[in-house]
Amino acid sequence: MSSQNNDVIIGLEVHIQLTNLKTKLFCSCSTKYRGAEPNTFVCPICIGLPGSLPVVNKKVVEFATRLALALDCKINHKFWFFRKNYHYPDLPKGFQITQYNKAGGKAFADGGKITIRVNNHKKEVVLNRIHIEEDPARLVHKGSIATSPFTLVDYNRSGVCLIEIVSEPVIDTPEEAREFLKQLKSIVQYTDISDLDLQGSVRVDANISIKGNERSEVKNINSFKEVERALSYEIIRQRNALKRGKILIQETRHWDDKRKITISLRSKEFEADYRYFPEQDLVPLEIDNIFIQKVKEKLPEMPNERALRLRREYMLSEFDSENLVLDKEIADFYENGANSDPSFGYKEYKQYCNWLMNNISGWLNENNTTIKNIKITPKHIVDLIKNIRNGKITTKIAKTYIDEMMKGTSLSQIIKKKGKKRIYDEKIIEKLCRAVIEENPNVVKDFHKNLKALEALIGRVMAKTKGQADPKITRKIILELLGKS
Amino acid sequence: MELYNYMGYELIEKVINREITIQDVIQTSFDRIETTDNLIHSFVKLSKDKALKKAKEYDIKIQKGQKVGRLYGLPFANKDLICLKGFPTTCCSKILRQYRPPYNAFVIERLVEQEGAIHIGNTNMDEFAMGSSTESSCYGPTYNPWDLSRVPGGSSGGSATAIASGQAIFAIGSDTGGSIRCPASFCGVVGLKPTYGRVSRYGLVAFANSLDQIGPITKCVYDSALMLEIISGKDPLDSTSVDIKVDKYTEEIKNPIEKKVLGVPKEFFDEGIDNEVKSSVKKSIEKLESLGTTIVEVTIPHLEYTIATYYLLCMCEASSNLARFDGLRYGNMSEDPSGDVFEVFSRTRGEYFGPEVRRRIFLGTYALSAGYYDKFYIKALKVRSLIKNDFIEAFKKCDSIVCPTMPSTAFKAGALIDDPLQMYIIDILTCSVNLAGIPALTIPCGFDSNNLPIGFQIIGDYFDEKGILNIGYQLEQELKVYRKITPVVSGGK
Repeated sequence: MSSQNNDVIIGLEVHIQLTNLKTKLFCSCSTKYRGAEPNTFVCPICIGLPGSLPVVNKKVVEFATRLALALDCKINHKFWFFRKNYHYPDLPKGFQITQYNKAGGKAFADGGKITIRVNNHKKEVVLNRIHIEEDPARLVHKGSIATSPFTLVDYNRSGVCLIEIVSEPVIDTPEEAREFLKQLKSIVQYTDISDLDLQGSVRVDANISIKGNERSEVKNINSFKEVERALSYEIIRQRNALKRGKILIQETRHWDDKRKITISLRSKEFEADYRYFPEQDLVPLEIDNIFIQKVKEKLPEMPNERALRLRREYMLSEFDSENLVLDKEIADFYENGANSDPSFGYKEYKQYCNWLMNNISGWLNENNTTIKNIKITPKHIVDLIKNIRNGKITTKIAKTYIDEMMKGTSLSQIIKKKGKKRIYDEKIIEKLCRAVIEENPNVVKDFHKNLKALEALIGRVMAKTKGQADPKITRKIILELLGKS
Repeated sequence: MELYNYMGYELIEKVINREITIQDVIQTSFDRIETTDNLIHSFVKLSKDKALKKAKEYDIKIQKGQKVGRLYGLPFANKDLICLKGFPTTCCSKILRQYRPPYNAFVIERLVEQEGAIHIGNTNMDEFAMGSSTESSCYGPTYNPWDLSRVPGGSSGGSATAIASGQAIFAIGSDTGGSIRCPASFCGVVGLKPTYGRVSRYGLVAFANSLDQIGPITKCVYDSALMLEIISGKDPLDSTSVDIKVDKYTEEIKNPIEKKVLGVPKEFFDEGIDNEVKSSVKKSIEKLESLGTTIVEVTIPHLEYTIATYYLLCMCEASSNLARFDGLRYGNMSEDPSGDVFEVFSRTRGEYFGPEVRRRIFLGTYALSAGYYDKFYIKALKVRSLIKNDFIEAFKKCDSIVCPTMPSTAFKAGALIDDPLQMYIIDILTCSVNLAGIPALTIPCGFDSNNLPIGFQIIGDYFDEKGILNIGYQLEQELKVYRKITPVVSGGK
């Protein structure tokens, strides 16, 4: 942790759409609106037509309970809603139905924590609460909000269920914020309540201040990737302002993701008074311990528990196991593969992990996709490791197979097609080695002064065989031929 | 006798016996509207062509021996804030002029689609049901058919006058602080506010959603009982509607009442109540005693706080419920589009909401604001539960409560429109019922010296609509006042 950041205070409010819920929070409209014609996934309830009434989607209780348990929150047994009153074009009723933890109200759950690791230090980020609310409509601008000549409103998103996760202001750096969100994303994936890879399924508001000064709230950070960037920008902006002797005011700022800057929306004195009061069109629901227990029993192993188990079962390092479990699909892939071959031991487990985390994940990142969208199977890596182990292919060659494996082609087919079998035949290798020695007298001269030149000669043999010659045999034969064995 | 003089159940019998056709009844309604509505102004929009077409269709069905539903095509008047698919439903507000909902309210589905009532038009009301005189409508006031210089009461004034003057047989109103019972009382007809949760509010444009309830307005108790039977019950689209057995009201009303204990709350007979009203109501109570009921005194000690509590809560809720009317998605938007979106919203609301609606939004917004919430809203909620407890205590001593509906008979048009506080105070005997969420029925029990009807209120325990309809029916049979209510438009002064 760099010392100059010790005076930064960050708190995050993360809004997550429950994309795995089939219908919206208060009506039966589908949540699968992405890519649809604007304003076609709507009904009298989610566009707030006069006379319409909300009815709670009961499945929400189960979803929220799952997340609350995974985050170690304390679930409140009475589940009810408040109205948050303000006018905005994205809010069809002139109020948002949400939960409130003041004025006699309660959030869905209080407290909780997320453990993060930054620069090899572990830290618990304490949560304030999680609560449930409805998503407003989506506003569409041409380019930046500041310069767009119009605002279009698409109500397809209106009424989709959001869970808001509010952290305490205990985050010290943009890197910590990034790690926090990384862990949160992982937990959300394990609880199976949302697919956060979907466009617009997550939105972050960040409260940022330099110790001793007023805070600003940055809204509209619409992806996890942007958070670190927006926070870094805002910290520099505040520092620069202080350096110039300015006094910071409490204000709400907007992250302009086109221009990558924050712009002031309003200062505190113009902040809306939301006039929270109970939503009486909905009756409070009871959440009892029996229900919570049932949900708990169905909850899968969470990433931090899984990391501990992977260290134990597969002798992985702390670093490897923690990285491996982040994406549930990757971790499942790993365990399927690593368990599938009884001949595998700790050495192979480690190799498997390396293949997955370095080569496969790298490929997925480059191609901006996830493992469930491609055809590679756990068996591919098993075969790869076995073929390398028994000397059929080299690691180098194996790496060139990745593209084909991602298409789902089996390893034996790839080997057949590419013909890159290893050459073990000592007679063939010897012939090649002689040729190389003949062709490179200078290197041979060097070799006699410095054994390191051996690698260059091996390299030449490899080049002639497109990497197929067995390196061990090649080495042995060259040494023999040059009288150094 | 003209067809418009008959009760709903009598017309149903005649239709079943093929003495008359549904077309006769519907045509009579429109003829009656034709000759009287220029004076009374019950309706803001008629559905004549569709109604006549429907009547013809139903007559053919009846000839073929097919079913047309329990309401047999009788003319039904809808209050202008209950959504009717494709028909202008405007809450008598400029902001919703031309608004046509794309869906039917629950009660419309039941009455019209399921049970075959024929919708003949939407009735006038105070804008967004905010008022007790039907004078704040954007379409102009409605007048009392008993004296055209007087108000019909409100806010469901048009529904009450349509029934009183024989323009319709069944009408629907909504009651937030007395909006069914007040006009029913002033117009000499029967009005019922059911228990909160008895009838689904889905499709009722909210004024104060914790108090609003839909109910029937009819000429006689039997017809109200019939309507209530149809519109009651759990609706999955209204979370506050309650899944409690719906009684067979039309049969239960005929039960004897001699074992009943009736409570008379002394606070409902205070000095603010007109003497003629008091003596007429007392006479009816004596009549009930002569039918064998036991009369006991009960008390609602917190009655004096009901007006303040009621108006505070209904305004808070209204300020939020009416926030959606900004002209963006439906309804009218200001013709001047200059400025940013907030300026256009404000201008639209400023131009198209009437003064009473604006007043309530302002006051409600103020009372919910930071720093005032505890002082006003939370305190009002506390008093609300005290009033509720008063009733719960009272019902330990009696089966139902009997009292006047309104402190006076219909007052002169224009008399209170510029004095909101005086206008609010006349709800003193009705709005405590909404705060408690219990049911109440009003039936006509007599006339004052100006020949204006007096309303008799019967307040019941939670979901005891059966009990109050029973008492109302037996008293009605004794008094026979409803037979005296001929739909004549008396000469105004």
